[in-house]
Amino acid sequence: MATERRLRIKTLVMVFAMVVCANTGDLLLKRGMSQIGAVQLSMAGLSHAFRLTVSNGTIWVGIIFLSGFMLSYMTVLSWADYSYVMPAGAFGYAVLTFLAVFILHESVSSRRWVGVVLICVGVLLVGQTKPRTTEARADLPKEVAA
Amino acid sequence: MIRVVLMLGVLVFGSTGGEIAITYGMKATGEPEELRPRALLRFLGRAFRNVWFWAGVPLMALSFYSLLVLLSWEPISLVIPASALSYVVGTFGAKYVLGEDVTLARWAGVVLVCLGVALVAAG
Repeated sequence: MATERRLRIKTLVMVFAMVVCANTGDLLLKRGMSQIGAVQLSMAGLSHAFRLTVSNGTIWVGIIFLSGFMLSYMTVLSWADYSYVMPAGAFGYAVLTFLAVFILHESVSSRRWVGVVLICVGVLLVGQTKPRTTEARADLPKEVAA
Repeated sequence: MIRVVLMLGVLVFGSTGGEIAITYGMKATGEPEELRPRALLRFLGRAFRNVWFWAGVPLMALSFYSLLVLLSWEPISLVIPASALSYVVGTFGAKYVLGEDVTLARWAGVVLVCLGVALVAAG
């Protein structure tokens, strides 16, 4: 029972890291790209945009967060079910809506609030199922199985 | 209309196919021994040597490009809600390809999340 509880906690921590890294990374990329401005779709325009992109600190921090997302995503899938992680990750849509309302002071439609409630109930339902329902595979290398 | 449906099919099957291949690869990679930098680097090294991981990456790239193409044809309030179908298709894949035990509670959660994402994205 203790291992089951530990598995659940570390899975939820990783899913939380995924959601935070993905949303922060997206927001930073958006902020960085709006500092650069609209990209002209010509050879000169693209190479100019490329130079501005690689020298923009905000974009690099965004890339670090998105790499953190990929690492936490790969890590959690090494032990947890895909059908557990995928819907739980949708919690990010709810977080973004709360951020939009409380930090950006945007107005949000009632339809969107209904969506947020459905996501939260759905994530709670998935969250109380067992995070892992498959056994370790037979083709695992020995160093891993040990 | 037909081209939109076809491209949506490419988007949904590309993203779920890619994620399922990566999940399959990560299960073969095994958990990192501990969540510290050195162990995580070894873990990444093992993952990058797994053929299923590299099968998943181009499929996810394909789904990303089909998303861009769809967004150039149709408004985002139609494209993202339609792509929320991935949650249902992905759950079928998890059950029948990865052999995960999808209980009634998990199915109910997935369907609610799918509807919720569609509503949020539709604005």
